[in-house]
Amino acid sequence: MQFGLSESQEFLKDSARKFFAGECPSSEMRRLIETDTAYDAVLWSKLTEQGYTGIIFPEEYGGVGLGKVELMLLMEEAGRALLPGPFFSTVALAGSVLDAVASPVQKMQYLAPICRGSARATVAILEANVSWNPGDIQLSATGGKLRGEKLFVSDAAVADFLLVVARNGVFAVHAKAEGLKISPMQGMDLTRKLYSVEFRDTPAETIASGKDLARAFDVVTAALAAELVGGMQRTLDITVEYAKTRKQFGKPIGMFQAVQHQCADMYLETESSRSAVYYAGWALEENSPDAATAVSIAKMYASDAARTVGNRGIQIHGGMGFTWENDVHLYYRRAKASETAFGDATFHRERIASLVIDSAGVSRKSA
Amino acid sequence: MDLNLTADELAFRDELRAWLASHLPRDWDQWREKPMDESFPYLRDWQRKLQEGRWAAVSWPKEYGGRSATLMQQAIFWEEMARFEAPPMANSLGLGLIGPTIIAYGTEAQKKRYIPKILSAEEIWCQGFSEPNAGSDLAGLQTEARLDGDHYIVNGQKVWTSYGWVGNWCELVVRTDTSAPKHKGLTVLLVDMKSPGVEVRPLRQMTGESEFNELFFRDVRVPAENTLGAVNDGWNVAVSTLMYERGSYGARLHLVFKRYITRLIELARTIQRNGRPASEDPIIRQKLAQCSAEIEIMRFNQMRAFSRITATGVPGPEGSIQKIFWSELNQRLQQIAQEILGSFGQLMAGDAHAVDKGLWSYAYLRTRGNTIEAGTSEVQRNIIGHFVLGLPRSY
Repeated sequence: MQFGLSESQEFLKDSARKFFAGECPSSEMRRLIETDTAYDAVLWSKLTEQGYTGIIFPEEYGGVGLGKVELMLLMEEAGRALLPGPFFSTVALAGSVLDAVASPVQKMQYLAPICRGSARATVAILEANVSWNPGDIQLSATGGKLRGEKLFVSDAAVADFLLVVARNGVFAVHAKAEGLKISPMQGMDLTRKLYSVEFRDTPAETIASGKDLARAFDVVTAALAAELVGGMQRTLDITVEYAKTRKQFGKPIGMFQAVQHQCADMYLETESSRSAVYYAGWALEENSPDAATAVSIAKMYASDAARTVGNRGIQIHGGMGFTWENDVHLYYRRAKASETAFGDATFHRERIASLVIDSAGVSRKSA
Repeated sequence: MDLNLTADELAFRDELRAWLASHLPRDWDQWREKPMDESFPYLRDWQRKLQEGRWAAVSWPKEYGGRSATLMQQAIFWEEMARFEAPPMANSLGLGLIGPTIIAYGTEAQKKRYIPKILSAEEIWCQGFSEPNAGSDLAGLQTEARLDGDHYIVNGQKVWTSYGWVGNWCELVVRTDTSAPKHKGLTVLLVDMKSPGVEVRPLRQMTGESEFNELFFRDVRVPAENTLGAVNDGWNVAVSTLMYERGSYGARLHLVFKRYITRLIELARTIQRNGRPASEDPIIRQKLAQCSAEIEIMRFNQMRAFSRITATGVPGPEGSIQKIFWSELNQRLQQIAQEILGSFGQLMAGDAHAVDKGLWSYAYLRTRGNTIEAGTSEVQRNIIGHFVLGLPRSY
């Protein structure tokens, strides 16, 4: 058993870290969040050159064909850089859904452009009832047309097409389709812009008639948790650095145990989240029977941990932590948005409960 | 990353399973709840039997009677022992902590003299580390050893000594140079507990039992050749023992905790709360789910740490994460048990209405000790702060 990264996994993680540090340093991230969409075409073409837009998708569609663990590592590094724009929406989200439910012809039409970097995409899921239970979705397609509204759709304004999860299937809608109205929502996270999307008899192509998106959403959820791990790591690094250099009462504040122990807890929460995310990636890759539970464990823990790591990070920075100029709040904003996306900790705890507590004959089997 | 067992690991596990299937005592249930002074001969026999199959100290090098097991194999060993609900071994400190320290620091003569009898449980070992005025600040200990010819004369007091009442030998940390800085004047002595001047007293703890002892040393004569490691290098020897303590303990806890939560879920299905089984109460469900998730994360952390140690060679300060994680998790777990059991949770062993013979009330009290023993949570956070994150020392 080997729960460390292999040489090629280390290489991928390391080169991704260097790539994001070089192409999307804090100054560039800050420039992009001031734009309407946080999207930059030049940065996108560089992401494509690295193969990141096709990382887990089959080579026949122009992908790189790597595994879920590799996806976790890439998303972790993207999260560390607080990469703005539609990378998560396009690759982890829309890509995973297409990979799971589209026909080969549709994959050629929709997934291949994602892999080669010529298309951005997103998935519209939530409605006014803000429920992550697929059974609560109301929108449905009639006669190839959609009517209704989706909320909290990430990066919709820069998407070339949207996938829409409806009661009776998954549908593709082109950005220029008739009766499609995309309006910005003012979210807390400045790096991933949110939109409400209105459909007024909008023509839509059926991608899948069933809506068995459970496994695709597990991949997305784990990827989001991986991003959170990267954000926690960056918050921890910035905070520890500050605690070493900031002096009060003639000493670095990191010398005081009230500060030092908070840093230790940030470390513990970050590392524990990372362990859970890596395990989830592995369980998904291996189609292990506990994969769904593993994903919920990772998202549950990382959702809470990202918030508390941010709380501690801001507190340790003192007044500096409350300023716009310090990056910690930008990570904190992302953490709050990601905390609720694809189910918050409470949602996933209930899912764990139904998987673990309600399963029959639990006592003898698992003991 | 590959979380499947390798062929070697599978072979190790299967050999152990086969051995346990044919050698595990069938009557442990009749002994497990008896006081340890009654069950101790039973535990000695069990250890002897394990060592006949070369299973008592799998982590030790082959030439000393172990199996040179990798960390993963050690983890498998403890998981299987927990899965089979095997009895503990009599000489657990000798096997887990003190033996490895003697193998690392002892002279050839010392290894020859002590190691075989640790393995056979013929000589039981205890640790003389903490003192009334030296707990977290262990290096401030005051028990003094003065050289008199070829003997040391030891005077002082130790506390929180497990197995003191049955110990034949003690790994004792003493001050041999009172003028040196506190970390530089310590030496480890191997002390025969039958030496004149050694007194052992039981220490009654908040659970009501006495797992630990106080040791008193009054002009105890210890041959100078019983020094372990170099004179005044005792701090390094002692720290090496503590590393073994923090590193390996977590491995066996996963199944123990899992058994707890499984039993709790079972209880929650039968105990009523607001007119329905507690297992259907949304708040109880949230708490049980949080806890069972953390039990898994504890194992993921452990496996990652083992892989890291295997790659780098030595157990490092990451053991502190494990120590904080399991001890605080156990406290949360026992609090949830109390919430599910309601008024029954307080009933101690012997009460006719006690659930699971008072296991939960006992465990609730006992877990308060978890964040104190083997290095308090505060000391562990200091270790992470300084040795992992590189923050300046706070003390």
